[in-house]
Amino acid sequence: MSLILFAEQVLNGLQLGVMLFLMAAGLTLVFGVMGLINLAHGSLFMIGAFAAAAVAGATGSFLLALMAALAAAAAAGALVELVVIRRLYNRDHLDQVLATFALILIFSEGTRWVFGSFPLFLNIPDYLAGPVTLPGGIQYPFYRLTLILIGLAVALGLFLLISRTRLGIQIRAGENDREMIAALGINISGLYTIVFALGAALAGLAGALVGAIQSVQVGMGEPVLILAFVVIVIGGIGSIKGALVGSILVGLTDTLGGLLLPELFRQFMDSSAASSAGSALASMLIYILMAAVLIVRPTGLFGAKA
Amino acid sequence: MTLKSLAMAASMMALGTVALGDTHDDAVRVGMITTLSGGGAGLGIDVRDGFMLAIAQSGLDNIEVIIEDDQRRPDVAVRLSDEMIQSHDVDVMTGIIWSNLAMAVIPSAVAQDVIYLSPNAGPSQLAGRGCHPNYFNVAWQNDALHEAAGAYANSQGYTNSFILAPNYPAGQDALTGYKRMYEGGLAGELFTELGQTDYASEIAQIRASGADSVFFFLPGGMGIAFVKQFADSGVDIPLIGPAFSFDQGILQAVGADALGIVNTSQWNRDIDNPTNAAFVESFQAEYGRLPSLYASQGFDTANLLISALAVADPSDGDAFRAALAAADFDSTRGDFAFGPNQHPIQDIYVREVIQDGDVFTNRIIGVALEDHGDFYAAECSF
Repeated sequence: MSLILFAEQVLNGLQLGVMLFLMAAGLTLVFGVMGLINLAHGSLFMIGAFAAAAVAGATGSFLLALMAALAAAAAAGALVELVVIRRLYNRDHLDQVLATFALILIFSEGTRWVFGSFPLFLNIPDYLAGPVTLPGGIQYPFYRLTLILIGLAVALGLFLLISRTRLGIQIRAGENDREMIAALGINISGLYTIVFALGAALAGLAGALVGAIQSVQVGMGEPVLILAFVVIVIGGIGSIKGALVGSILVGLTDTLGGLLLPELFRQFMDSSAASSAGSALASMLIYILMAAVLIVRPTGLFGAKA
Repeated sequence: MTLKSLAMAASMMALGTVALGDTHDDAVRVGMITTLSGGGAGLGIDVRDGFMLAIAQSGLDNIEVIIEDDQRRPDVAVRLSDEMIQSHDVDVMTGIIWSNLAMAVIPSAVAQDVIYLSPNAGPSQLAGRGCHPNYFNVAWQNDALHEAAGAYANSQGYTNSFILAPNYPAGQDALTGYKRMYEGGLAGELFTELGQTDYASEIAQIRASGADSVFFFLPGGMGIAFVKQFADSGVDIPLIGPAFSFDQGILQAVGADALGIVNTSQWNRDIDNPTNAAFVESFQAEYGRLPSLYASQGFDTANLLISALAVADPSDGDAFRAALAAADFDSTRGDFAFGPNQHPIQDIYVREVIQDGDVFTNRIIGVALEDHGDFYAAECSF
């Protein structure tokens, strides 16, 4: 295995990681601030992708499509919070899981009803298409490089939002003691709607960005949702920093594991069996990582609450 | 006959008449369990639409089709199948798309004396030792299209293929099928996760492998993602795959990135015979979209059933099975016959993705395998 292949895979792992971060950030905020398990977060990812595909199809502009994805997912998030989620804060987690699972079914069949059963077309714009040559002779798709940069920029923006703004202070306070900040005169239900819409917008952005290189179809959000849950468990629930570190850990583990394990097995097995066994074990790696983190730190890497 | 059983038969008939209501006394009941919701719904909808088109065109009003959605879940499919057999008393069943669902439903259905006509799934288990006189596959044995891809690779002189498929039974069958026909060496062999949508890592390995061709079996959304990412990576190696990543339902979602890619199929809309021309035209008129290979399979399945019903009644088991096995219907594929394990013997074509106006579609550029049966027929004995 060459060094170039390894370097390319590290970039791939990083790219997967930052996209996971966009999903996990919203999930961990909602869980941390409101104590809500939102299984329908994957549906917001899907809504972002479908909105982007519809707008890109109508206007041909990728930037407009991204804005539409942000707006549609944020609007859907705010609406869902006002109509359904608001009634769930004081219920136990099982009720929340049931209700948000129902939302998945409603969103999936609703999307199928509006857009049909066949996957939609959403492609990367011409100015981001094709590979670029990086130092060291690595050929890497320009679009994926852009994704890494967008993901890191969003992470920085979120960090500043949480640590430097008034809204960020309220969010952090809400995580620690929600009765107290309500008593201090903060409109807590308004804050919850904003946080939920923000998380939804990030998921929608991820859906649109990833949808352009994958397929825009019903149910596309659920596999990502599972990974995002793994990320927030590893990173520590409620922590944005934990979500970023967890995302990149999961991204790198998944990508490099898929490359290195079959290679390792090939040392003492025939090629076919090695790739079959290697990829089977590689797909378990992130869960093994999660288990290992939980043994050492039961609240996750950056989890605050015991 | 004792008095008791006579009374029972009489009351059963009375109940039956009430329950059937306005349907004909000789109505044939067909149970269709297929995938109509969720991510894989496009395939089931195409099979259903093709099937119902043929029933409507036949003008017969004694075929009652009960349609249910399996949600792509084996447990749901099994429950629906029990319901169809026990409460609806169906004579014939059809519709299942996915091999894992087929394995959950078909063996028990055919053991309960129901005729099963598979419009899509053709797992090797049911073609070999697990074959059954009541089970007919109207589409293909799972390996067929992959074997054709291997044969095509030989004809192009490829000697160093990189092959990949998802790590599940049909994926393993796919690579086995390709390797059965392909004579060259392998630059690499990869199993991906089922449902995986990011192939950056696999593409990097393909780039580094020095392969002269790539064979991939990634049905549905997985194929869309792979083809788009492969095109964007700048790797310039010819792709070969079975038709499942290039059917009419998903080509529009892949777009121009799919142009020129070679794929293998038992059907295409430009196969030149009157049945096919009429099918393509009427399907488009009825549903406002081009038919896919799944729609053609649904259409052929219904026509096979109709042809057998003209000869024998399902209550006369042996005669009805013989009428089905004769396959005396006009297939959209042209020549069609059943092999000894009641799986198709048919030509498998090589197609190429083209753009026709605004629409991406396929055209046939050659025949990969003529009158191709399957490898497992030898293991089957009724």
